[in-house]
Amino acid sequence: MKLLVCVSKTPDTTAKISFNAENTEFNSAGVQFIMNPYDEWYALVRAMELKEANGGTVTLINVGPADNDAVIRKGLAIGADDAVRIDCNPKSSLYVAQQIAAFAKDGGYDIVFCGKETIDYNGSEVGGMVAELLDMPFISFATNLQIEGSDATIVRDIEGGKETVGVATPFVLSAAKGMAEQRIPNMRGIMQARRKPIDVKSPIDFEDLSAVVSYEMPPAKAACKMVAPEDMDELVRLLHEEAKII
Amino acid sequence: MSVLVFAENQGGSFKKAAFEAVTYGYKTAQVLGTECIALCLGEASNAGELGKYGASKVLSVADASLNSFDSQAYTNVIAQAAEANGANVVVLMHSSTGKGLVGRLAAKLNAGSAPGVNQIPTNDGAFRVKKNVFSGKAIAEVEIKSAIKVVSVMGNSFQPEAVGGDISVESFSADVPASRVTVKSVDKVQGSVPLPEAEVVVSAGRGMKGPENWGIIEELAELIGAATACSRPVADTHWRPHHEHVGQTGVAIRPNLYFAIGISGAIQHLAGVNSSKVIVVINKDPEAPFFKAADYGVCADLFDVVPRLIESFKKHKANV
Repeated sequence: MKLLVCVSKTPDTTAKISFNAENTEFNSAGVQFIMNPYDEWYALVRAMELKEANGGTVTLINVGPADNDAVIRKGLAIGADDAVRIDCNPKSSLYVAQQIAAFAKDGGYDIVFCGKETIDYNGSEVGGMVAELLDMPFISFATNLQIEGSDATIVRDIEGGKETVGVATPFVLSAAKGMAEQRIPNMRGIMQARRKPIDVKSPIDFEDLSAVVSYEMPPAKAACKMVAPEDMDELVRLLHEEAKII
Repeated sequence: MSVLVFAENQGGSFKKAAFEAVTYGYKTAQVLGTECIALCLGEASNAGELGKYGASKVLSVADASLNSFDSQAYTNVIAQAAEANGANVVVLMHSSTGKGLVGRLAAKLNAGSAPGVNQIPTNDGAFRVKKNVFSGKAIAEVEIKSAIKVVSVMGNSFQPEAVGGDISVESFSADVPASRVTVKSVDKVQGSVPLPEAEVVVSAGRGMKGPENWGIIEELAELIGAATACSRPVADTHWRPHHEHVGQTGVAIRPNLYFAIGISGAIQHLAGVNSSKVIVVINKDPEAPFFKAADYGVCADLFDVVPRLIESFKKHKANV
């Protein structure tokens, strides 16, 4: 099977979020970057498991600048065979999806994997966009994927429950928690990753239709009001009369 | 010109989340000086009720093949309705279905998009909307430049506002493509409130010491009509099912009221719940970081406090 895994670079989950003086750009000074956890833990690891069980190849694709290579190397250390990076500074999801679709169009991939969302922009958009641009089915929030020949059985999260669906390759899916377990690359993987190719390609032209114009921090919370543990009537009263929730 | 709202039904009827989306569409239409049209896919009972929240027209494609969600078929039909009604804004719900649609629809329409918006757009020459980013740690203002725009509305950001009455439902004849995805089975969580839609959530963490102690959490949740949730370590050790895990890598929620019981408040957990309107933290560790994000705090052993809280809620319920 030919598997393509879309990977994104995001700030670490514990990173302090701040912006430049004009509030127009994320301030990356001192921030550690990681591979987006949904892309790594669920999409990439499940792709590796399928390759190990059925043979085939796992290719990584990233749309971004040269300093994304460290994150791509980690994916190669986890076991992907090769990688391609579309060299640019993307500003919108549709721009990213256009680049991935242009690369994947004639690649003959059986499954294109994405994470369910990135932990920075939280858009959940790229997978569906790639599917539309490639005219493929899209299964969002997949938590289990089994393959037999060209037939896949997928469990996905839906509103208030789960649904099991069948779909034939090729298709695009977005992976959510449950799909696989996180893998830590071993020393051999890390050594091998150094020799694996990252193919750097120029982006296709696409004019952004949307862009972030500014950022702001959420309003600061007022100090926590402490309630005496003996007096839960008071907590209920506060929730009822002050917060007007209960 | 129009604002087209795709209103999702749940198992054949429209609930609060759909009314919120129509309210958002109605307010957006007012800002843009146009009308709000609601679109329903699949068979549903109370579509006319969408008129109450400001839809001047309710269009229905009551095709049984649309009763279950397929991104490709839905995208295709919504795009047809958008074109037939000259929509310049398409509003989706930021639900599991909406998240599975928003990107695909934007690509289909070649539209700029903003998923998970929580403000009505501006109309001062530029179309700008706000959404949470970095898992709720910041807010971004997004400008959409294309002629047609796609947004999905974050749940529980707008309360439904009734502005009229029920209206008659018009059938919209669309070319419904055959889906390439077959639904084999559906497994809805029975009996309890689905977590992403819950207005009140009772969540517990490692402070519970073991799964056998969850009785008080379930009792409290049932008493106040809340959904139950848990922290990541609790789900990872299988004390509770994975679908209850809230946080950055679990479900992100924004209920009106969130009880964090025996959860220290790691930054990854906070990222999934910090948009909750009111947060109550019960923890015996005064240094627990969660207190910094809380509105109300109780610093004591949860095994003493929670039963007392249950009694107080019972008393309160008896008095109202």
